[in-house]
Amino acid sequence: MARRARSVTVAALGGPLAAGSVFVLILVALLAVMSRADWPVTFGAADWAVLRFTVWQAVLSALCSVVFAIPVARALARRQFVGRTFLVTLLGAPFILPVIVAVLGILAVFGRAGWVSELLGLFGLPPLSIYGLEGVVLAHVFFNMPLATRLILQGWQAIPSEQYRLAGQLGLPPRTVFQTLEWPMLRQVVPGAAALVFVICLTSFAVALTLGGGPRATTIELAIYQAFRFDFDLGRAAILSLVQLVVAGTAAVLALWILPPLVLQSGLDRPLQRWDARGAPCRVLDAIWIGLAALFLLLPLSAVILSGLIGLFDMPISVWTAAWTSLWVGMLSTGLLILWALPVAAWLGQTKRGGAEAITLLGLAASPLMIGTGWFIMIYPFASPQAFAMPVTAVVNALVALPFAVRILVPGMRQSFTDYSRLNQALGLRGWPLWRIVLLPRIRARLGFAAGLTAAMSVGDLGVVTLFADPDVATLPLQMYRLMGSYRTDAAAGAALLLLVLALGMFWICDYWGRYAET
Amino acid sequence: MLRLEDLRVAQGSFSLSAAFEIEKGARIAVIGPSGAGKSTLLGAIGGYVPLDHGRVIVAGDDVTDAAPDQRGIAMLFQDGNLFPHLTLAQNVGLGLRPALRLTADETEKAHVALARVGLAGFEGRTPGDVSGGQQSRAALARVLVQAKPLILLDEPFAALGPALRAEMLDLTSEVARAAGATVMMITHDPQDAERAADQVVFVDAGLAHVPQPVAEIMADPPEALRAYLGF
Amino acid sequence: MKYLMTTAAMLSASAAWAETPVLTVYTYDSFVSDWGPGPAVEAAFEATCDCDLQFVAAGDGAALLARIKLEGARSDADVLLGIDTNLVAAAKETGLFAPHSVTADYTLPIEWNDDTFAPYDWGYFAFVHNADMDAPANFRDLAASDLKIAIQDPRSSTPGLGLLMWVKAAYGDDAAGLWADLSDNVLTVTKGWSESYGLFLEGEADMVLSYTTSPAYHLIAEEDASKAAAAFDEGHYMQVEVAGKLAATDQPELADAFLSFMVTDAFQSIIPTTNWMYPAVTPASGLPDGFETLITPEKALLLSPEDAAAARDEALAEWRDALAQ
Repeated sequence: MARRARSVTVAALGGPLAAGSVFVLILVALLAVMSRADWPVTFGAADWAVLRFTVWQAVLSALCSVVFAIPVARALARRQFVGRTFLVTLLGAPFILPVIVAVLGILAVFGRAGWVSELLGLFGLPPLSIYGLEGVVLAHVFFNMPLATRLILQGWQAIPSEQYRLAGQLGLPPRTVFQTLEWPMLRQVVPGAAALVFVICLTSFAVALTLGGGPRATTIELAIYQAFRFDFDLGRAAILSLVQLVVAGTAAVLALWILPPLVLQSGLDRPLQRWDARGAPCRVLDAIWIGLAALFLLLPLSAVILSGLIGLFDMPISVWTAAWTSLWVGMLSTGLLILWALPVAAWLGQTKRGGAEAITLLGLAASPLMIGTGWFIMIYPFASPQAFAMPVTAVVNALVALPFAVRILVPGMRQSFTDYSRLNQALGLRGWPLWRIVLLPRIRARLGFAAGLTAAMSVGDLGVVTLFADPDVATLPLQMYRLMGSYRTDAAAGAALLLLVLALGMFWICDYWGRYAET
Repeated sequence: MLRLEDLRVAQGSFSLSAAFEIEKGARIAVIGPSGAGKSTLLGAIGGYVPLDHGRVIVAGDDVTDAAPDQRGIAMLFQDGNLFPHLTLAQNVGLGLRPALRLTADETEKAHVALARVGLAGFEGRTPGDVSGGQQSRAALARVLVQAKPLILLDEPFAALGPALRAEMLDLTSEVARAAGATVMMITHDPQDAERAADQVVFVDAGLAHVPQPVAEIMADPPEALRAYLGF
Repeated sequence: MKYLMTTAAMLSASAAWAETPVLTVYTYDSFVSDWGPGPAVEAAFEATCDCDLQFVAAGDGAALLARIKLEGARSDADVLLGIDTNLVAAAKETGLFAPHSVTADYTLPIEWNDDTFAPYDWGYFAFVHNADMDAPANFRDLAASDLKIAIQDPRSSTPGLGLLMWVKAAYGDDAAGLWADLSDNVLTVTKGWSESYGLFLEGEADMVLSYTTSPAYHLIAEEDASKAAAAFDEGHYMQVEVAGKLAATDQPELADAFLSFMVTDAFQSIIPTTNWMYPAVTPASGLPDGFETLITPEKALLLSPEDAAAARDEALAEWRDALAQ
C-alpha cells in the first residue's frame, strides 16, 4: 500500500473542466449542424485534392514562419538597441490585422504594382508575381512569423541568466552555447510554435484564396464555406469541419507529443546578459536578421498606415461608434479568456507531457462558420440570436485565442511549478494565495502578452458576428467591410488604420503591464 | 519529539529504511555517502516523498498522511528557498501567513526576524539583489518566524564558503535554541557535524542508523563511516 | 455588462412598442449601412405605414438565404430583400415564400413575371478598368490579351456566380473552352467583391469584375471620371435583385404594403446613389446626373431562375477545372 505524498494540485478540477468546455462547445455546434443534415454525404476526389493543398500550404507556411523566426528571436534576445521595445510590440501587429487589410498592405509592397516591382522596373526587370503558393506562404509568414518570434523569444528569455553566466565564464563559443543551452530550449518551444502556426494556416481561407490565384488554392475552410452558403449542404459542412478538426488535432498531438519531457532549472531574476556572441560577425548577423524582419513587417504596415491617413478624416461617425463597440467586445473577450486560460494552463503546467495541450488547439481548428451556425441552430428555438450576438462573439473570440494563451502560459506555469512546488508545499501555499503570491507574479509577463494578443485579435475579428449581427451594433471590422462594400475605399482605409491603432493600443497596454514587472 | 516507526521508502531499485526516535531540542547531523538516501530520508519526514510503510510521529502526532505544511516542520532545500519576485520581508512574511496579508504586528515580526539574522535594512530587497549568504540568512529568518518544533535542512548552505557556512550553522543553532526546536541537517563535513550537532544519523546502503552522540561516533566510527570519512 | 444593459433596454423598449406593428426585413449588410439605402428607406416607409420597419442584416445574398433556411417557418422575417435571380429557384424550393401582389411598370430590359419575388433594382455585370486603357470588346479579346483580371469566387460571392452565368449564357457549351483561354488572364480569385475591387484600385489588376454602374460611384461621389466599364459585344449578364414575402409572416398586410412601396418613386429614387444600381422602375425625376455616361449593353443576358439553377453545378465544375490547371 504505497501512500502518496501530498502534492499541491492547482486547478485539478478547474483545468480539465475548462479544457473540456472547449470540447463541448465545438461538439455541440458540430452535432447541431449534423442534426439538420441530409445524409449520406460524399467525400470525393476533389475533396482529397483540397485536403492535400490545405495541408501542404499549412506545412510550408509553418516551416517558413518558424525558420525565419528562430534567428530573429535569437538576435532580439541578445541585443539591446533603441526601438527594441517598439519592434517587439509591433510583432503583435500583423497577426491582428483584418486579412483584407494585411493582404492589401502586402500587395502594396510585393504586388505587381508594389514598391518592390517598381524598384525592379527601374532596372528594367519584370514585376514580381506572387500569386500562387508563394503568395499564400508569404502572407502566412507575414501573419505568423511575428507570433512565432514572440513565442521563441520567450523561450530564450526563460533560459536562466546563470546558465549564460556559466557559458560566459567557460568562454564557450556560440556554437557550443547553442548546443548546450539553446538547442534544448528550441526543441521545447519550436514544435509547439510550429503546430500553432500550422493550425492557423490550416483554417485560413481568404488569404489562400486571394493570393493563391484561383480555385487550385481551395482550402477546407473554403469548402466548408461553400457547403454552408452555396450548396446549403449541412451534412457536407459538418463532415468537412470534422476533417479539419481531425487533421489539426492530429498535427497538434504529433507536434506536442514529440516535445521532450521538461527538465527546467531555476534561476534568480537577474537581468539577462550575454557573454557569448560579442564578436563582430555575430553582431552583424544579428543586425541583418533584425533589419530584415523589421523591413518585412514595417513596409506593409506603413502601406496600411499611409493609405489610412488619407481616409482618416473621411470616416463617418458610425465608425467611431463601432470602434467603441469593438473596444468593449475586446475587453469582454480578454476577461473571459483569462478566466478560461489560467486553470487550463495551470493544469497542463503540472502534467509531465504536453499532449493534453492539443485539446485547446481544437478551438482554433474548428471553423468559426461551423461554430456560429451550430450555436445559431441551438439558440434559435429558445431566444433571438441577436440578443446573444455579443456574448457569442466574446466566447468564440476567447475560444480562438485560448490556444495562443495556453501556448504562451504553459511554459511559465511549468517553470513555476518545477521551481517552487516544494517551497509552496513547505509553506502551505494553496488555492487563491498560491495564485496571488506565486503563480500570477511568475507568469505576469506571459499573461500580459496573452491578454494583449486576445484583446487585439478580438478587436480585429470579423468572426461569427455576421451571422448574429444586430444592424445597430456593428463592430469596427464589420463597419470597415461595409465601407469597402459601398466603394468607400478611403474611409475603409481610415477605419483599417483606426483598427490597427486600437488593436495595437490594447495589445501594448496589456503587454506593457506584463513586462513592467520584469524591470 | 520525532519518531520514525518502521519507515520504508522504495524508489525503483533504491530503498531506504529507518526506525529511530529523536529527543526534543536535539541537533542531528545526517551523514553518509552520496546517493545513500539522506535527502530521501528528509523528504520522507517532510512529506515530499511517499512512504511505502511505517509512520512518522512529530511531537506526539501521527503526521504520516499530513500535508508538508501541517507536520510542524520547517524545511530548507538546497536551492529555491526564496521567491525571486518577492522582497525579503515578503518571503519571511510567508512563514507567518501563507496568504501574505500581514497585520502590522506580523510585518514587525518579519522585520525583527530579518534584523535578527543581520539583514536589517534589507527588507525591501529582492533575492536577486543580494548575495548568496544574505539569501541564506533570509531563508533562516523565515524558519525563525515559522516557529515549528522541527527544522530540516537539506544542505541549504552547501554553496557557501566554509567560514560563511559555519556562521550560518551557528545562526541556525541559535535560531533553533531560541525556538526550542529540534534540528536535522544533512552535511558532508564531519567538522560541520561536530560544530552544529549533538548526534549523528549515519545513512548508508539504504539504512538510516540510530542516532549516536557526535563525540562517540567520531572517536570510534563504524567501518562504513570510516570509509566515507576517509580515516 | 454594458451589452446586457443594452439588451435589457431594447427588450423593454420593444415591449413598450408592442402596439406598433413591427415589420422585419432580412437583407444584406451593405443595404443597411449608414451610406446604403436602408436608413432612407426606413424613414420613408415608416412615414406611410404607422409601423416600425426593422432591418436585419445577414452577410450577403447567399448568407441571407442560408439564414432563412436555418430559421425555417419559425423565422421572424416578414420580408426577404436582397437575393438575385440566381438564387430565386433555390429560395422557391424551400416553400417558405408566399406569392406577392405587386404590379408595376418595370423599366427592366427584360420581362418580369415572377409571382413570388418582385424586383427592386438591377444592374449589368461588367469589367471595370481605368478609362485610359484600351479595353477588350469581348471575352475572346480579353482571353487573347495579356490583361490581368480580378474576379470573385462563385462559391462565396454573388458577382462571382454572376460571371459564371454570364459566360454560360453567352457561350453555352463552349463555356469550358472560354474559361480555359481566360485562365491565364485571371490574376486571382477573391472571396468577395470588396477584396477584388480593392486589388483593382491598388493597381494589382487591370480589370475587375463589377457592375456597369461602378464608374457612376466614382463620378458622382468622388468626381472622378477615371474609371470605365468595358462593353462586351456578347452582351452583359444582368443581376436583378428581388424581394419576397415569407409565407409564415405574422404581418402579411404590412409585408404586402412594403413590397408595393418598394416599386414606388419614394423607394426607387433612393436606390441609384445608395445602392449604385439601376432602379427597377425609373422614378419620375429620372436617373441622377452621371448615369447617362454609363455604357448601355446592346444585349442583356439573363438565365431564368430555373435555367440558372440547372446550369449552376455544371458551370461551377467547368470553371473549377479550367482554373485549377
